[in-house]
Formats: sequence, C-alpha cells, structure tokens
Amino acid sequence: MAYFSDSPLPSQARPVVITGLGIVSPMGRDLGENSLGFRTGRMAFSPVTLFDTSRQRVATAGQVDLPDSVPDAGISRKAWSRMDRGTRLAWLAARDAMAAAGLSGGEMPMVIGTSAAAMPVGEEYFKQAHTPDRQRSRQLRRVELYQAQRQMTDMARTLGVGGPLRIVSNACASGANAIGQAFHLVRSGRADCVLAGGYDALCQLVFCGFDALQALSPSGIPRPFDAARDGLALGEGAGFVIVESAASAKARGARVVAEILGYGAATDTHHLTQPHPLGDAAWGTMQAACAMAGLMPEQIDYINSHGTGTPLNDIAEGNAIQRWAGEAVGKIKVSSTKSAIGHLLGGAGAVESVISLMALEGQWLPASLNVREADAVCTFDLVREPREASVRRVLTNSFGFGGANATLIFGKEGIR
Amino acid sequence: MRNPLAITGAGAVSPAGWGAEALMSAIRTGEKPPPSMIEREIGGNRILTPVLRVPTAGATTPKFARLRRASPISKFAAAAVAEALGGARLAEVTAGNLRVGVIFTLTNGCVNYSNRFFAEALADPAFASPILFPETVFNAPSSHLSAMIGSTSPNDTLVADSTGFLSGIDLAAEWIERGDVDGCLVVCAEEIDWLSAEGLRHYSPSYIPSEGAAAIYLEAATGPAGLLKLPDGISLSFHTKLEAAAKIRAQLAPNDDGLTLLVDGRAGIARHDRAEAAAWADWRGPRWSPRTLLGEGMGVSTGWQTVAAVEALARGHYQQAVVSAAGGNQQAAGMLMGTNKACI
Repeated sequence: MAYFSDSPLPSQARPVVITGLGIVSPMGRDLGENSLGFRTGRMAFSPVTLFDTSRQRVATAGQVDLPDSVPDAGISRKAWSRMDRGTRLAWLAARDAMAAAGLSGGEMPMVIGTSAAAMPVGEEYFKQAHTPDRQRSRQLRRVELYQAQRQMTDMARTLGVGGPLRIVSNACASGANAIGQAFHLVRSGRADCVLAGGYDALCQLVFCGFDALQALSPSGIPRPFDAARDGLALGEGAGFVIVESAASAKARGARVVAEILGYGAATDTHHLTQPHPLGDAAWGTMQAACAMAGLMPEQIDYINSHGTGTPLNDIAEGNAIQRWAGEAVGKIKVSSTKSAIGHLLGGAGAVESVISLMALEGQWLPASLNVREADAVCTFDLVREPREASVRRVLTNSFGFGGANATLIFGKEGIR
Repeated sequence: MRNPLAITGAGAVSPAGWGAEALMSAIRTGEKPPPSMIEREIGGNRILTPVLRVPTAGATTPKFARLRRASPISKFAAAAVAEALGGARLAEVTAGNLRVGVIFTLTNGCVNYSNRFFAEALADPAFASPILFPETVFNAPSSHLSAMIGSTSPNDTLVADSTGFLSGIDLAAEWIERGDVDGCLVVCAEEIDWLSAEGLRHYSPSYIPSEGAAAIYLEAATGPAGLLKLPDGISLSFHTKLEAAAKIRAQLAPNDDGLTLLVDGRAGIARHDRAEAAAWADWRGPRWSPRTLLGEGMGVSTGWQTVAAVEALARGHYQQAVVSAAGGNQQAAGMLMGTNKACI
C-alpha cells in the first residue's frame, strides 16, 4: 500500500503464509464445530427466521445460530449493539483468526470482502422511510450504520487494528479477492501482516433477488454437480485469515497453518449473471494461480469448487477444470462445500478458503453432498462422501456476478 | 527508484455537465448548477429534497447493449471512462493489445434499482423483477465497463467513504507495478434517488446531494500529472478526523509556493469541513473546493477533485497539485501530483 515516487520499489515474491484462521458458518461458530460438521458430511440448512419468507418459493437457508448477547469481554455491549448481523459474523471470525495467530491488534491493513454488507440495516431504513414516523435521529443512525466502511472501521477499532481498510465488493468472489489482495500486499513487501477475509449475512433483498432469478433450489437442498441439480441455497457466515510474510511469522514464532502458493484473478465479460459456458475466465485464473505457484494441475490434491448447484455455473466450472487439468483431470479431487452450508456470497470465497485450509491441516476432504447422479461434466474425481486423504496442496475457486473470477492455492509450508 | 506513473487521461460527468471541460468551466466561473427537487408524499406530507442532477442534455454515454437496461450510475461511469480512455486507447484494448484493469469505487452504488427492487419484493416477491436485481449488486457498473471496453483484465469494486477514489488509485499503481495490467482505469460514480438523497440530508439539511462520475487512466508514464505521493489513508479507527487529516498533510508536505494547487474536499458545511480546514489552515496558495459548487457526490466527490487537479496540471496552470479528502467514516486521504521523471 502507498506509492511514493522517490521510494524504492517494494521487493517481489517473498514467501507468504497463513498464521491464523477464523470461521463462522451455518455449520458452527468456530473451527472445531465446522471441522466436525464437514468431516461427518452434515448439512446445515434450516427455516429462515430473520425475515418473512412466506411468499417466497423457498423458505430455508444456511442460517447461523447467532445469539444477540455480547460474545466476548473484549467488546462492549454498545459496540456490539451497533454492529449489523454481517459485521458480528465478521467480528467473531476475525477475532478467532487473530487469536490463533497470537495477535492482539496493531497497524496491519485489513482487506475484507462483502457483497450485501449491512443490507438488513438498509432494509430497515427503507421500511421506516415509508412510514410517517421517520424519526430523524433513528434514520440517521441507520444511514450511518448501513455503510460497510463504518461497520468495518468500528470492527477494526474493537479488534485493536489501526491500519488502512480496503473493502472489496466483487459479488461472490469478494472474499477470495480480499485474501488474494492481502497475499499480494505481503508478497510484494508492502505489508508484513494483513487481516483478510469475507462475510455476508442473510437479508431479505438478496434472498428475494435470487428467488426472483429462480436461482434457488425449490427443494432447499442444493446438489452441486448433480445431473439434475436445480439451484443453490443461500447461506451466511464469515471467514478470516492472517496473511503474513514467512519471515515475520518466523521472527515472532507464530505457528504456520499453510503457505499461499498462488492467486489468479480475471474478468468474465460474457454476461452480467452467466459465466462463459466454457469457463474461460475460470480456466484463466486456475492457470494463472498455478503458474505463480509453479505447479502442474496433477500436483493439486483437492479443489474446493465454486460449485453453486445452478445448471450454468457447474457446467462452466466443470469445463474449466477439464481444460485446465487436461489428461490429469481424472486424478483431480473436487467437491463443493456449498452443498452443506449454502452460498455465502461475499463471504463464500473466504469461508471456503478456511475450509480448504482446515482440510489441509486435518488431512481430510469435505464432500459434495446430495449428488444422486453426477453430471457428465464430472470427469474429475467428485468427492461425494467426506474422506481421509493425503492433502498437500488445495485450490479454491470463486466466481461472482459481474464476472469476477478468483483462484487461490494453498499448500503445506515448504511443499512448493 | 520506482518507475514513474502518471495519469494520462481523465473524464467526468457532473451536475455541471458531461465532460471534464464542463467541470473545469464550473470551477473557473464559480457558477453553481441549479438544483432540482425530488418530491414524494408519505402520510399526506410532501417531502421535498433539493438535488443536483446531471443534466440530460449533452449526454455522451457510449452505445453499448448492456447499458440499455442499466441505471444512471453505469451510464455516467461509461461516459467518464470513454473520455478518460480516449478512442485510440479503446481501440487498442478491444484489439487485445492493451491490458487495462478497472477499479470502481463507490459509497452508495446502484440505489435506484435497489429501491425499486426492494419495493417490489415487499409488495409481492412473486412479481419482483429479475431484471432489476443483478443491477443492484455493487459491482454491476464495473462489470459493464470491462465488457464495454472488452477487457478480461482484473476488475475490482471497492466500497468506501468519499476518499475511496484515492485508495483505488493506490491499488491501480500496485497492479501496474506488478505487471498485472498495462494501464488501469480508476472510476467512481454515484446516482441520485430519493432514498439516498434524504439519507444524506439526515446528516445536515445543508447538504445538496449530487451525482455523476469521474475516471482517470493511470499508466507507467511521465507527464504533468505524475504520481508523486500517495500515502495510505489514515484510518479513523484510532484517529480523529482532525488528526487523520493533519497526518495526511504532513505526509504530502507540498510546497506552498503559489505554484501548487490544493483541491480540497470542503463542502461549505462547517461540521463537514472542520478537519480539512484545520489541516490546511495556513495554506496561502491557490485552492479549489469543487464540492461547494457541485454538491455532495458521496463516492464521486474525490474523483471530481482529482479530475480537476489533473486538468489543471495538464493545462500547465500549476506545477503541482494536491488532492485532499477527509472522509465521513473511514479515513483521511490525499495525493500529490506533478511532473515526474523517468528513472535513470
């Protein structure tokens, strides 16, 4: 970060590691609950209680069991009460990531992805604006707290983080892009340590939006890569990581979870909401991430796919994986964890990164649940049951509305 | 030393009109565009909100299929981008000879369609328009821009307070220095709707909400609008706005020699202006405050400031120019530009 024309160009390509993880998902509110859920193949969908779904085609989603009470002595009741649901999810995951990394704050930058941000607050503002009782002070508070940068600045304050803030909003790739950008900041020497992640909470506008697009599975059960898949399920949650230079981690004796080996980002200009049928941009980001990592496709042990369960996405991604892997495609293990927790939108890329990192640490693979008959595009090894496995390098894909595509590759430290 | 980076193209759409020249003309003459009123009724009460809209006359939005259904924010942005990129460079991008990234910064975003879609969803979700929803997503406008110029290079949307445009230029510099792109468009845009206009005036009834877009093209080059200093924004997480604005001034340390132009973010509203007024209280040189003419454009305001500074430098009016902005709830930021030199 920062540009001064008379300063030296930051160094390029130093090793980057992950030293802390945090996750909140419909599967659970910490690493342990999530690990157990994915290892046992649990699904985490339930009736939506946050807003009225009585007139929607679908009434279930991956909703987090999030208590209203203050979760930690480290945050005041007042600060917690000002946070919207999404920021609360983010705060919990970020707190855990920092604690796992042995950090209690500092001047590190924050790079955070979100798509809906504090939309539930905006929805309340909208509803109140249509009533005669539009008390100015309450509406002002809603306008202020609706803004993602206000929420994230407050979050930074309560976590003791004082560095610059960057909020990436690339729809469903936001979280992956945030971690990728943090990786570049550290890799190039612009920062030693970055708090990065993504989050989104369920909200009525977005739920109605996906329903209007008929993108939600009418059964509420998403079946990514199933031949008769009929849509996605929405979810909510947050994933955060501490992205740090290997030198910094070593200097302070931090435990290294994994190394970030590669990152690729590209734009699919085919259509606002539909991927190119052959997955051109997805193929490009997998190629770019592998090139940066110096890896061949057969060296990737597992792909956590974007795998939404919509007819168009899974075909495009499957085609991209085939093109990228070539003859090695049959050896590539692939699953979609959206089958268990739903599509977490702006949080998806970060949460799925954390799931991939948990799999790398625990030497297991999460499954694509609910597949009855695999689609013909699945020439790869579709993981349909959780399994123990030797996992050295994992790749995670994230694709968003608007064509934002991102791929991250993580590996055991020193595996490159 | 780093390779020099310079802003070599700029475009603007504002209540003063379509194009950077309209923006500069407003600054030169000091003429404020006339406000119009948004009117709605609730519970028998009329609510009137004065706003500064982009005039319909003289629109320069390029013809592009995706923009037909898009809301004004995308159309403003497309016009500013077309101006900043220019015809020759656009041809190079579409021919695949130039890798151009897009960074879009905004505060408010696609509020027109969000308002309409949510109203439809509340009335009866079965009839909520699937055409509107995708356009409510923050990165819909930037997606249209990449498609319009035919670029598959990285495209990021950053949500920020009004200082976000400077963070966008910082990210663009990073992409260019790393070789991800040959050049980068940094774009900001906002559109007016009663929902956001009333929201802004909850802060102060003196605010006049406005709309439009600004775009710059950054590349590895020398020129009058070379990037000299672009410090990290100073977060408001642990600094007051006064402290943050003062720190930015200290890091920019521009010469107050009469040859450096200060383009600040003051809006003519005391509470809003306090931090920048204090940070630059002793500034004796030339100073422009476009917000006082163009209204509060939220995410686009600092973009207009930047385009004005770039145009002033390109026309040889000043040797250096400073853009200063104290955002509402994220950070204070600033940038120093002037003639840069190639590395030896």
